[in-house]
Amino acid sequence: MTLRVDLQIISDWIPDNAHVLDLGCGNGALLKHLQQRNVTGYGLEIDNSKFTECIHSGVNVIQADLDVGLGQFADQSFDFVILSQTLQAVKRPDFLLREIMRVGKQGIIGFPNFGHWQCRVQLGLGGKMPVSKNLPNAWFDTPNIHLCTLKDFEKICDQYGFSVVNRSVVNHEHKDTLGIRLLPNLFGQIAVYLIHNGKS
Amino acid sequence: MSDSLPADSVGLVTPSHLHVETPLDLECGRTLPQFDLIYETYGQLNTDKSNAVLICHALSGDHHAAGFNSLEERKPGWWDSAIGPGKAIDTNHFFVVCPNNLGGCKGSSGPNTINPETGKLYGPDFPIVTVTDWVKSQAILADSLAIQKWAAVVGGSLGGMQALHWAISLPDRVAHVLVIAAAPKLSAQNIAFNEVARTAIKSDPEFHQGRYQEFNTVPRQGLGLARMLGHITYLSDEAMGEKFGRELRSGKIQYGYDVEFQIESYLRYQSISFVERFDANTYLLMTKALDYFDPAKEFNDDLTQAVKAIQAKSLIISFTSDWRFSPLRSLEIVNALLSAGKSVSYAEIEATQGHDAFLMPIPRYMEIFASYMQQVAKEVNG
Repeated sequence: MTLRVDLQIISDWIPDNAHVLDLGCGNGALLKHLQQRNVTGYGLEIDNSKFTECIHSGVNVIQADLDVGLGQFADQSFDFVILSQTLQAVKRPDFLLREIMRVGKQGIIGFPNFGHWQCRVQLGLGGKMPVSKNLPNAWFDTPNIHLCTLKDFEKICDQYGFSVVNRSVVNHEHKDTLGIRLLPNLFGQIAVYLIHNGKS
Repeated sequence: MSDSLPADSVGLVTPSHLHVETPLDLECGRTLPQFDLIYETYGQLNTDKSNAVLICHALSGDHHAAGFNSLEERKPGWWDSAIGPGKAIDTNHFFVVCPNNLGGCKGSSGPNTINPETGKLYGPDFPIVTVTDWVKSQAILADSLAIQKWAAVVGGSLGGMQALHWAISLPDRVAHVLVIAAAPKLSAQNIAFNEVARTAIKSDPEFHQGRYQEFNTVPRQGLGLARMLGHITYLSDEAMGEKFGRELRSGKIQYGYDVEFQIESYLRYQSISFVERFDANTYLLMTKALDYFDPAKEFNDDLTQAVKAIQAKSLIISFTSDWRFSPLRSLEIVNALLSAGKSVSYAEIEATQGHDAFLMPIPRYMEIFASYMQQVAKEVNG
């Protein structure tokens, strides 16, 4: 089974035998994939059918709402806490980010880049809220209520004293083009960050 | 029941007996010199005896969990919704064992059986047994069936607590544990309800300090009241509202003290039918076993320490409208397992039926239950 682009990047960053918490783990594909490398941990998922898929594939999954935080987990109890393509859908991304860095030694955060040129063109020239392959919903029914750009994300990390250990910015095809390398905030569609507590 | 058995039923079943001559030392300090366990089994034990599933019953349950004991039986066993060919606990894959707990009243040694030392009924002299004692006695049953390790131990309510205790106290004998609608210990409110039930039984003039059988009578009123009270705690306000509302039996108010509302009639029916099938001393004993259950007690009240020994993978399930053992109580177990780093999954099922939801074939519940058991079956088959 091939993993989604962002999950492939994340998987590459996680060493064998790590203990991880996957927030909004979906059908458990990442955790299932990581099981082959002896990676242990749990997924958190609120969607009923995705939850059942996790159970069906033998992935540990806890039904939980990320908006209430991670109170059931102790400080620094995971090597990695993963949040992929979900940050923009929670009520308070700032609160969740701090929770992630409380329970995890490192955090892996993936999100769609709202600074991508197509978003900018739709809003700046078209005067309309952007709709794209990554963000397919209209403004009134979108679950993505807290969109941000690479710059925004790096700023909040800096504000909380989280340092960026690694960053991967790609387009839909998982390609790292020259444009992305030169101007990631303009040409990158998906960003994945590896962050840890404290200044690097 | 009808002439033909349903295709997804385990069919006609006959209970089995185990007689144990070895004395059993109980948690209360007393010893049972010998004892009997009655149990039912469904499905086939495989050659390496790795496909056995233990079912633990709740307060008023027994060994008859699935199928029919006779063609005349109107209702199948108490967990027929979950046990059978193609059901969540699929008897095409698993060998299912369900014993009646010690102290029960359906054939295992208990207050309504003969004390071999005196030749008379035990009655109130039957020692108070605990969840720990049940696990010990069931381990002897497992030995007798040459089952070294259960593929899964499964239970709801008090049965869920027992399943949890199995995983804690005999960790190398449980591969998976399913704890449904349970709690790590009773709250003060839970104990309070139990005490009202016990008081109802004990204050019945027919109780005779538990020696009612010697007087050829039964504390009907007291046991019936206990059941009425219990039944209210098993249902949710919503479920009662849906089922009975404020409906009147005769259609109009009578301005009297007889049964008028349908819910009153229902509770009376429950109480009468329960008295026919259950023993008052067993009810007292089972509620005590519930009250005493507290695996964290010997670990300085630290449940995380208590579950440290667990080797089994676990699935914990709760129901939104269950106020007897609410989802928060299940979460206490989940959080202890998480902080001990154990393999655990947790589902909270949307259900209006209250505590009794664990006995109902609620689609999402059964889907998760079945999916989990399919994984267990996969492990068994390598």
